[in-house]
Amino acid sequence: MSRKTNQSEGKINQYRRNFLARTTAIAGMTVAPGVILNSVAQAKPVDQPASNKNRWGLLIDANKCSSGCNSCVTACHEENGVTGFGNPETDAQWIRKVKLTDKQTQKVQTIPLMCQHCEHPPCVDVCPTNASMKREDGVVLVDKHACIGCRYCMMACPYGARSFLHEPTTEQKYPRGQGTVESCTLCVHRIDDPNGPRNPACVEACNAEGHKAMWFGDLKDPNSEITKRLKEYGGVQIRADLGLNTGVRYQNLS
Amino acid sequence: MLLRKIIFILAVTAFLPLSAHADSLLPELPKAKKNYNDQTKCVEPVEVMRKSHMDFIMHQRDDTLRKGIRTKQHSLKECIDCHNAPGKDLKVASANDSEHFCSTCHVYTAVQIDCFKCHADKPENTQYRHKITSQAFKQHKFAAQNLNPKTLQLLATEKEGHK
Amino acid sequence: MKTIRFTELEGRSPGFFALMAILIAIIGAGIVSALMMHGQGHHITGMTNRIVWGTPHVFAVFLIVAASGALNIASIASVFGRTVYKPLSPLSMVLSVTILVGGLAVLILDLGNPEHLLDVPLTQFLYNSMPSRWTRSVFGWNFILYTGFIFVVGIYLWFSLVPQYKKFSKAASIFAFVWRLALTTGTGLIFGFLVAREAYDAAILAPMFVVYSFAYGLAIFSLVLIPTYIWTGRELGDVIVNRLKSLLGIFVAASLYFVIVLNLTNFYSAAKGEGIQSFLLFGDNSYSSAFWIGQILIGSILPLAIAFYPKLKARGALLTAAAMVVVGGLSQMYVTIIGGQAYPMDMFPGKTVESITNDGGIAAYSPTIYEVLLGLAGIGITIFLVVFAMNVLRILPESLADKDVDPHHSA
Repeated sequence: MSRKTNQSEGKINQYRRNFLARTTAIAGMTVAPGVILNSVAQAKPVDQPASNKNRWGLLIDANKCSSGCNSCVTACHEENGVTGFGNPETDAQWIRKVKLTDKQTQKVQTIPLMCQHCEHPPCVDVCPTNASMKREDGVVLVDKHACIGCRYCMMACPYGARSFLHEPTTEQKYPRGQGTVESCTLCVHRIDDPNGPRNPACVEACNAEGHKAMWFGDLKDPNSEITKRLKEYGGVQIRADLGLNTGVRYQNLS
Repeated sequence: MLLRKIIFILAVTAFLPLSAHADSLLPELPKAKKNYNDQTKCVEPVEVMRKSHMDFIMHQRDDTLRKGIRTKQHSLKECIDCHNAPGKDLKVASANDSEHFCSTCHVYTAVQIDCFKCHADKPENTQYRHKITSQAFKQHKFAAQNLNPKTLQLLATEKEGHK
Repeated sequence: MKTIRFTELEGRSPGFFALMAILIAIIGAGIVSALMMHGQGHHITGMTNRIVWGTPHVFAVFLIVAASGALNIASIASVFGRTVYKPLSPLSMVLSVTILVGGLAVLILDLGNPEHLLDVPLTQFLYNSMPSRWTRSVFGWNFILYTGFIFVVGIYLWFSLVPQYKKFSKAASIFAFVWRLALTTGTGLIFGFLVAREAYDAAILAPMFVVYSFAYGLAIFSLVLIPTYIWTGRELGDVIVNRLKSLLGIFVAASLYFVIVLNLTNFYSAAKGEGIQSFLLFGDNSYSSAFWIGQILIGSILPLAIAFYPKLKARGALLTAAAMVVVGGLSQMYVTIIGGQAYPMDMFPGKTVESITNDGGIAAYSPTIYEVLLGLAGIGITIFLVVFAMNVLRILPESLADKDVDPHHSA
């Protein structure tokens, strides 16, 4: 057992070394740092579990988010097969655009809002069956095999980020079923891609639209674009007062 | 769980000898698309799979969902891709059809499974899938037609909203 | 003092069968509703992604809170040595269990995936049972507290009914009393620990629920006791009824005290005072009516007046006051549970918020018949079980006439 662990740890270290070598090389080659895509991060071998050496997160620039654009929402729901039944109150919304108007200055901003992938997720704390869970790499998910559909996590979530499936579902792309709770998975199937983590659908769509308001990356990797941007320009957490240490951060939210 | 397993094993073992007779009432299993390897045919020896496929799938599901281990050998998705491949007419059975690979046996043995309440019962990336995707897209578009104008309008108006 | 004889109900009259038939119909309607919710999905209810807990939870939480309170009569008799309540103890114990079962049934039938309760893999169950896990999930505690309550009260009942174990019943009663306090605390903390929501997130909710439970439980107890004695023609003297009436008055007053403290505290905070507090109490909505008319007027002031106004006929007064407390309790749960969710969470202070999910606005909620039927089934199950228990167990004293319950009474 212990030998096996050592072996796999050795393996992981190997990957990390390779990865570091690769990123340094690339960083040396590129002229403008913004040009590197986050997808350059190292690939996790399919037989290895997600590791707490990574923490995946998003950074969203409220100033770059275009008020008329809904492409992140459409892309997310297309990617994950989230279909609606024409009722916004009961339809699943993995990600939604929120329009904020400052009461003082009347300044209007829009931002996408989704599961904030907290380090200390209240939804995980309250779940009686441990269906609501956080992966080692910080992705908060619902294990629908264990979800009894009590919705206590929805009561606990400060962001209203979770949806209960009110209707029977068919033609799923990724698992989702009636009577269970679901939310943004940070496109975890893309994170686990054997060829290396890819941008979530929302980020991809935002880039494709030319807004480039969202960055995806490893918050624990000092060389990742997201970490560098956070370090340089700062970023806020929504409901920072709760001390949840969210994995999704916002810039220029004022 | 255990009870279900016992019933299933009893049912399968009781009827296995009959399977030689093609004209029996036994379900006819759709052929797999290809062999996993030449020795075991399926991802484990066939008789092991008959008895214990649910254990492999169960184990894999926790590994995949909770740890992110995405090996293909025991993945439900791979089962579906290989065993529920579209026929020559490009038709693919859904879990509710008795021709569906899983349903053939499970209907026969009256063992109810709820895998497909959440999981896709059809393979992805086959030719048929194209149709489904556009269908899903239409459905999505349909939803979008209902919802988006409101949002778009909401989001487009830079002025103070009605509230 | 005379020995009290406990006997079963006869249970053969047409009235009895009619009652059971009605109760079975109510329970059946609730189960059919639950099956429909399960088959077609929860979209047939009024619950949404904003109002995630609806009418079923109003009934379920009310019943679960009341359950622990119904045990109070037994606790007062044995833990606090008020022997006049002793004859009522067995009924009190049985009723507390049946109310809890009724409440839990509603909660479970409302789940999106109740069958997963049986399917949750053992590994995960064990993982949850580890202290590191279930100390974080209040629901996790409550799984243990609720099932344990039934077990603990069962033993308490066994000890107090079987003569040779009678010597243990005092210890059992103390244990059960502590357990019921923990249970109601746990129920209050389901809401108290919701840090994200302004309507909840207050430690006072735990003691508040304990005090509510005293009132709710005694109200249901009275509503079961008096009709049973009237319909079975057993004697029920004014001594016991008047005692219960005053006790109910005290519990209602204590509940009112907590309501006032919580609401004043919330008004003191500028954010809550102008926001959710004004919405719940003075908004143009059903929650403010439920608060003032249901909770305060019907649920508190009128029962208080009835309980302490001496000139009323004892039985009628207790029945009316108890029924009002139940109405008030359901209103209170409605305001707390649904009103508390309807008001938007303050994610972006100083900003108005608009979105497709109506993030910045008041969430709409109109319950459907399925939810109401499911909730009522909880009450149906409670009454059905307690009547059934009265038929098979000797838990009802043959007479509660004044001369039988009060040794100092002179007729």
